Amino acid sequence: MNYLLKRLLAVIPVLAVVAVIVFLLLHLAPGDPAVIIGGDTASAEDIERIRETLGLNRPLPEQFFHWVGQILQGNLGTSVFTGMPVAEMIMQRVEPTLWISALTMLFAVVFAVPMGIVAAWKAGTWFDRAISGLAVAAFSLPVFVIGYGLVYGFSTRLGWFPVQGFKSLSDGFVPFIRHLALPVISGGLIYMALLARMTRSTMLEVLGEDYIRTARAKGLSKRRLLLRHALKNAAVPIVTTIGLGIAMLLSGVIVTESVFAIPGIGRLTVDSILRRDYPVIQGIVLVTATAYVVINLVTDLLYGLFDPRIRY
Amino acid sequence: MDTPMIALLEQRLERLRKQPRAIRFAARNPVLVAGAFLLLGMLALAVFAPWIASHDPTEMNVVERLKPPSAEFLLGTDALGRDIFSRTLYGARVSLLVGVSVAMFSALIGIFVGTVAGFSRLADKLIMRVMDGMMAIPGILLAVALMTLIHASVATVVIAIALPEIPRVVRLVRSLVLTIREQPYIQAAQATGTRLPLVLIRHVIPNLMTPLIVQASFIWASAMIFEAYLSFLGAGTPPEVPSWGNMMAEGRSVVQLAFGIILYPGIALGLTVLAVNLVGDGLRDLLDPRIARKL
Repeated sequence: MNYLLKRLLAVIPVLAVVAVIVFLLLHLAPGDPAVIIGGDTASAEDIERIRETLGLNRPLPEQFFHWVGQILQGNLGTSVFTGMPVAEMIMQRVEPTLWISALTMLFAVVFAVPMGIVAAWKAGTWFDRAISGLAVAAFSLPVFVIGYGLVYGFSTRLGWFPVQGFKSLSDGFVPFIRHLALPVISGGLIYMALLARMTRSTMLEVLGEDYIRTARAKGLSKRRLLLRHALKNAAVPIVTTIGLGIAMLLSGVIVTESVFAIPGIGRLTVDSILRRDYPVIQGIVLVTATAYVVINLVTDLLYGLFDPRIRY
Repeated sequence: MDTPMIALLEQRLERLRKQPRAIRFAARNPVLVAGAFLLLGMLALAVFAPWIASHDPTEMNVVERLKPPSAEFLLGTDALGRDIFSRTLYGARVSLLVGVSVAMFSALIGIFVGTVAGFSRLADKLIMRVMDGMMAIPGILLAVALMTLIHASVATVVIAIALPEIPRVVRLVRSLVLTIREQPYIQAAQATGTRLPLVLIRHVIPNLMTPLIVQASFIWASAMIFEAYLSFLGAGTPPEVPSWGNMMAEGRSVVQLAFGIILYPGIALGLTVLAVNLVGDGLRDLLDPRIARKL
């Protein structure tokens, strides 16, 4: 319990630093923050009103605490373009992004971990080399090139999947999966490569341990040896990589959404860049960073499940 | 040892001596050499682009728009009638320039901040907290946030891409400095009265270089992909710069008609990133066999 509390409290400084960075980005960038928040179409009065409501004439620390106070109450500001609250705009777009992220993670873990285990077991063989080669290739191609390649092959040519768009789960499971299959594969390949490499290297390390030799000597089956003895001990670094890789995953999802015209957070990011809508981008940064921190907190707490030596 | 054994060994040694050093090196480091050749090829294309290119990369020709590959336009033309082959060649210049600049910029900042963190307990806590916070923001979003605030140019793109890379370099440098700091030669230098700045420049920083060069090559590779992402999202180099990212971003609207507009710069980018990644992998194996065996 003590550990749990400590780990929970450790989240606060990280989020505080994220808030300071986002705040300083706006206030240290060249140009008047009120003009940036007001956007290109704002009149002199609009800008004066923004200055007044955000208190931009007051000293920086005071502004910061006022701003943080607003965020803690769930007020992420107002969009320059639509005039809607940023929090509401993000909530409207969150569903597709959550689905893609979750399915991408599932897809990557389901394929990458067995691939890594087999590659470690058969280290140095053609299978191992092929996995390493694929991983280097996945690291070398931008997500959208993979995405457009898949669209060209499987949608335009073969017609197996829709070219773009998103269907909610309430529209039926089959259309939902058909629309998400290609985005998940194209966004997941790089994450899969990362996980497969990590699984391979930690498994290699574990397989060199004495207790593995003992287990092998007493005649355990390959399956039992790999899954019970080796994987369980390799689980902690693998789970850590799954957590830390979330930042990479989210970056991939943001780009992928653009390729497949999926109305998620990524699409909102691109729209906001075009409209120079800084408050919305700021809100997206805060929300994704919080999600990242929370997910990593959860993976940290999961360690106990995989490694009974860790006690909280 | 009996004589036939020694004779055998001598024979082997003789054979090794006859083999040129370059070939021996290539046989031992195939990944590094393959990557270096590929990279040199790309560099040559970038440097000699004005002589190889068949057209001005920015010259528009509305009559010739969206043409398939032909003798005049080797890889066809884009939506504004510009020659894709020539633009891809010039794109190599932007991509490589951005990649190298990001790697050097983040390495320089990383050395400075990481060394300070490694040598000062007080600064260490603060610096590492800031780095943890920076790492919690997905790199693309941090770069996008910065790019919406500042005027777009190649230089600002470099800064925006380097910013999210800095924490990783700082962490690496700091952990290395913490080990180096305890080495006898550092204590000896300090005991003989060498001032701290001189100790850092003469003894600490040179010992950081090997792992840092490996890390910098990976940053170089990912920075080129990042540049493409930023352009693709609309927050990259100004549209008039013929970068691979911009070419692919423009190709988005006509991808159903002319896949080549995205495919060719994509292949060029993929090959260049692959080359840099291979060089990085090869350097790591060559310079630090201990890590290499683990990965």
